[in-house]
Amino acid sequence: MSTATAGGVSAGAERPATARRKRPTGYGRYVLELVMVAAAVAFLFPVYALVALALKSPSQIAGSPLSPPTSPTLGNFGRAWSSASLGSALVNSTVITAASLALLVVVGSTGAYYLARCVRGMGYTLYVLFLLGIILPFQLGMIPLYKLVDDLGWLGTYQGMILFYTGIQTPFTVFLYTGFIRALPQDYAQAALIDGCDHRQAFTRIVFPLLRPITGTVIILNAVFIWNDFFTPLLYLGGSGKETVPVAVFSFVGQYVSDYGMVFAGLVLAALPILVVFLLLQRYVIKGFAGGLKG
Amino acid sequence: MKAPRTAGPRLGRRDPAVPPWMFVVPALVVYAAVVLYPSVAGVVYAFTDWSGIGSFSFVGLANFHTLLHDDRALASITNTLLLTVAVVVAQNGLGLLLALGVNAEIRSRNLLRVVFFAPAVVSPVMVAFLWKYVYNPDNGSGLNGVLGAVGLGGLRQDWLGNPSLTLWSVAAMVVWQYAGYSMVVFLAGLQGVPPELHEAARIDGAGTWQRFRYVTWPLLAPALTVNLMLSTIGGLKLFDQVYAATNGGPGTSSETLSTVLYKEAFVYGKFGYSTAVALVLALFVAAVSLLQLRYLRAREVAA
Repeated sequence: MSTATAGGVSAGAERPATARRKRPTGYGRYVLELVMVAAAVAFLFPVYALVALALKSPSQIAGSPLSPPTSPTLGNFGRAWSSASLGSALVNSTVITAASLALLVVVGSTGAYYLARCVRGMGYTLYVLFLLGIILPFQLGMIPLYKLVDDLGWLGTYQGMILFYTGIQTPFTVFLYTGFIRALPQDYAQAALIDGCDHRQAFTRIVFPLLRPITGTVIILNAVFIWNDFFTPLLYLGGSGKETVPVAVFSFVGQYVSDYGMVFAGLVLAALPILVVFLLLQRYVIKGFAGGLKG
Repeated sequence: MKAPRTAGPRLGRRDPAVPPWMFVVPALVVYAAVVLYPSVAGVVYAFTDWSGIGSFSFVGLANFHTLLHDDRALASITNTLLLTVAVVVAQNGLGLLLALGVNAEIRSRNLLRVVFFAPAVVSPVMVAFLWKYVYNPDNGSGLNGVLGAVGLGGLRQDWLGNPSLTLWSVAAMVVWQYAGYSMVVFLAGLQGVPPELHEAARIDGAGTWQRFRYVTWPLLAPALTVNLMLSTIGGLKLFDQVYAATNGGPGTSSETLSTVLYKEAFVYGKFGYSTAVALVLALFVAAVSLLQLRYLRAREVAA
């Protein structure tokens, strides 16, 4: 049924029979639909302003900022692309995000392979230590870490940022993977070990392939965080020529603050890549949360 | 602890006795380097007068004494707490209502789920710039323009420029961005509620409100725990939105602990004092999370 609709953050597990029984009768459903759509329209007003202004020339904006663009122009996008040096920022963001995600998947899944079997003792203490990292504000270690990265000569480099994101997101990633592995039946890995596999083989051949759904969740949630992060790249990459998209947009907006058409075109271009990734992977979002709630 | 570099090659076919704890070494090394070591060092710096360059000496509790007499820091503590409470209440209340709405059998539910969640995947800095326009004091554009157009011109405000409004305007912007995030977590919880329970309650004569209160709500406890924890921690650490939208102003009206510690370190070069402010923030986060976790977990078990 609803799987045919374009996208949808749906859990996938549709139950046609019960769903039909659950459907309220009478007008209640239409009233609810109307209320929700009205809420969505109000909710979307900032997005409307964003797109409408990006499509207007400066004189049209000055004349009637809120009216729909009557003669839409793409000129703002071209100007924004070059003034914000979005091309190189996109490359920088892509390299840093992709490398960090790859490392996070490796250290998170292998770490969880061990931690998931620890329900007491040293291993469990270690697991709690990892969880501590989820609540610990990164600001506490911000200055010593800045000093460390500086001493390594890694300010303004890709590897500084990749190390940072891998470390800072490891607790959350370990948490997601551990919860998922605990909910898996243990028999597969056990059987492989009995059949003479060592742990490395049991992990790469049996366990890791079973982790596909949670790997999807790990990738989308970490990608959103890393791609959008602003504070640390501002600190570590400012003025280096390796600025990520949010940092490039930040300085671009500061420079052209009154030229709303071009600024908003820049925002649209900068937000598009992560929105596209989200739309492609969105079914993992709710599944991941559902798994996390159980774990 | 073994060096991580040996972990890869050593886990080979010819070494069948690889202990499983070796698997946690890479995660532990990177976590220790980026989070544990710097955080411990941060606690140490909080008791020094370090300026970022050269040597420093230990000054005992002097930084915390300064903090107690620093109007900007004190204002930031109040602001951070107010902002957190406002965001937690509004974001989760709205998130729950949206989740109930898009969990119902309405035609547009799949589209609405994407629409409400989408702002949560966009950079907070960009959302802040967008909302700076929405809050534009100019009467013809943004929110004021809409209020004028629908005949509510009397409600027009200088949303970010009026010191008594700034904090709430920032809160509204954060709620707009993350209400969909709370919605998705609640939705995951709602989909774990077995339909049979609702069916049974309906047969027993329970109305909509009673089914929500006695069937759905208790089963949403784990989702509520996750949501409250995430939004509280997020609220206490809030930086990007404030930095980009108001930079803490006007005056100190929207200064948060995060913006103050950033300025103290990277504008005024007071690294020691800045880490003291960061330590206060960390203690707030730890205290609030532990209290919440204890209370909410107890509630989950009871439910």
